[in-house]
Amino acid sequence: MKNPPKISRRKTLLGLGAGAGALATTGVLPGSLGFAQAQSSAPIKIGFQKHATGIGAAYGRWYDTTTTAAVARINEMGGINGRPVEIITEDDATDPGRGAEVLEKFANQHEVDVAFGTLFSHVVIGSAPRAGELKLPYFVVSEGHHVASGMLNRYTLQPGITDVKSQVISMAPFVADNLGKKVTMIYPDFAFGHDHRDFFSEAIEAQGGEVVAKIAIPPTETTFTRYFPNIPRETEVIYHVMVGPAVLTFVKEMGEFFGPSRPEIFGFIDSLEAVDIQSPGLEFLEGTYFWEGMPRHKQANESEAASAYRAAVGVNDRGAAIDDPANVATYAHMFGCWETLNVIKAGMEAADYQGPADRTKLIEAVEAMTEMPESLDHPQGDKLFNGKTHQAFGKQFISKVSDGNLEVVHTASIEDGLYADEVDYTTQSF
Amino acid sequence: MDFGPHLMLASLEGAVISAILVLTAMGLSIVFGVMRVVNVAHGEFFMLGAVFAWAVTTMISGHAALGFVAALIIVPVLVGAIAAGVDQLILKRIDYDVDRTIVATIGVLYIVQQSTLMLYGPEARPVEPPFNLRLALPWFEFGENGFQMIWPWGLSVTTYKLFVIGAAIVVLGALWLVLTRTKIGLVMRATQQDRDMAQAFGVPVGQVYSLVFGLGAGLAALGAVLVVPIQQAHYLMGGDPLLLAFIVVIIGGLGSLPGTVIAALLIGMSDGIISVFFSPTLAKIIATFLVAMVLVFRPQGLMGRVAA
Repeated sequence: MKNPPKISRRKTLLGLGAGAGALATTGVLPGSLGFAQAQSSAPIKIGFQKHATGIGAAYGRWYDTTTTAAVARINEMGGINGRPVEIITEDDATDPGRGAEVLEKFANQHEVDVAFGTLFSHVVIGSAPRAGELKLPYFVVSEGHHVASGMLNRYTLQPGITDVKSQVISMAPFVADNLGKKVTMIYPDFAFGHDHRDFFSEAIEAQGGEVVAKIAIPPTETTFTRYFPNIPRETEVIYHVMVGPAVLTFVKEMGEFFGPSRPEIFGFIDSLEAVDIQSPGLEFLEGTYFWEGMPRHKQANESEAASAYRAAVGVNDRGAAIDDPANVATYAHMFGCWETLNVIKAGMEAADYQGPADRTKLIEAVEAMTEMPESLDHPQGDKLFNGKTHQAFGKQFISKVSDGNLEVVHTASIEDGLYADEVDYTTQSF
Repeated sequence: MDFGPHLMLASLEGAVISAILVLTAMGLSIVFGVMRVVNVAHGEFFMLGAVFAWAVTTMISGHAALGFVAALIIVPVLVGAIAAGVDQLILKRIDYDVDRTIVATIGVLYIVQQSTLMLYGPEARPVEPPFNLRLALPWFEFGENGFQMIWPWGLSVTTYKLFVIGAAIVVLGALWLVLTRTKIGLVMRATQQDRDMAQAFGVPVGQVYSLVFGLGAGLAALGAVLVVPIQQAHYLMGGDPLLLAFIVVIIGGLGSLPGTVIAALLIGMSDGIISVFFSPTLAKIIATFLVAMVLVFRPQGLMGRVAA
């Protein structure tokens, strides 16, 4: 009996390696084809930092849906600079530490052109310094005031959604004139909630009102009744803005606490994003008011662009998924992803973006933008972009709950939400 | 809010927290007492209970109470069966080794949590309570007109919250009867006292272990079914109950049932009262501090026995 020729493991590996190398040089292996020739048709990669898990998961899912729809539209129209757009999604677990790691992965492993899509402010604040170090343009959809406050860096931009400061400045006159002047604020105890606390207190005082109590609630809290006794009796208006998976409990327990004798209530729809307004236990919200970034329920005067957008993201007239009416969208925020992607496209086209070497040209091109008129690129409405503060300004809506519907009763203009610049990022070096 | 009504509201909140906590911690305690297994996945069985409760109530149409009663019966059995499966498939294979069971149950924790995320999704979903009447509560005080009854702002409780407290007491009573008055309870206690001796006397220890592990998970699931109309079913909801249940079990004494009840009342009430008057964070700090003190000065817990 003859022994078969012995092949050692080392030899096998060597052989395999050599073979792969040979294949790579001749261009047989996919992806390793001569890069120079492929550059013009290679996809533009956009890293999507998604809150797939953690307290932001409901937002993450809908940000994903919107992003997918927006990219499908962009690719149908021929992509960006003739190149298709590819979204690379990584879960940041709604966690700041993980967020920074995701950006590193985008820059070093996936070699994306830009990063995009973060909502929760603590994740943005945790990730943005890393984006600056990696010199990776970072387009956030976060609402937080941290971009326009000058806290972040030249690589971080927020062109698709308004910030909290602008939102509350434009809301305060309505609250003071129509609801009452003694306000108790209930907000989550992290950067986003603190923005609300600081800017609304200022804004309501400017209207001759005052904040009589500030109740901060940890964002991971699950029961809320214990916080409500701190609401002073003299309160005329409750101002609430909550986030996270327990928002429905929060609103329900607030109703149980007040019973029939509630004060006026003004909330940010954040307290009920991804929650059906007709859920059992929410009946007491009838007659209360909500801020909305974009009206969830289809209004009689909805613009053509807004309706086309609603259809493109697969959402029905009640703001829920067409194929699953129990799946309510984060409709007041997710338009920001759609608009931001269109800004990235416009910026890349203006800068004639070819690859990562042109990243600074892209940022300069976006900084040069000002007016963004309402269109299918900007279905929420006209926007005014401030290149110095990297922040967009737009319309805000106040809706009243009537018969279980959110009906817009007041629209704040762009001018209502403007404030003096606090930073000029364009003076910072790249 | 005045001090009196405020305290009453705080105590009611504390009582509801205690009621859920006592069921969850009891499950953890029984499992440790009988099997000497520190079940890190306990909170996930709690979460599974809530998620299944949502599934059962959505499947059954008609009055909310119908679905709720069905969930109350089906869900603990279902979760118990899953846990018994985990025991047979995993814990038994690693011979209930103390270190390895901890690592294994951590693995189970992630498997259950992430499977739920994949199959059920990241949303918090509500379950409608079978009944939920808001009861405004009166308060008595001596005013200018002598002794009078007033109705303070916000002082209220719902019938459902009262039901949760009642249900927890009934379940505890039933559990006590099972453990002390039935053959199953006898067998469980025998296994707890001396596994080898019990086996020598013909107790099927392996089956008892599966039963106990299932019972522990079932109790957590029952607590979750009760709590889910107040909170919502969410895939991350198992974290807090696990932490609190561990705190309770350590303070009460691992494996001691009366100790668990006392500690659950202590932690639940103090959590309710401290978080209403001061802050919920302070309540957690104090609870954790208590654990440290108990471990330093009375490592066996309030009611635990020193190991022979």
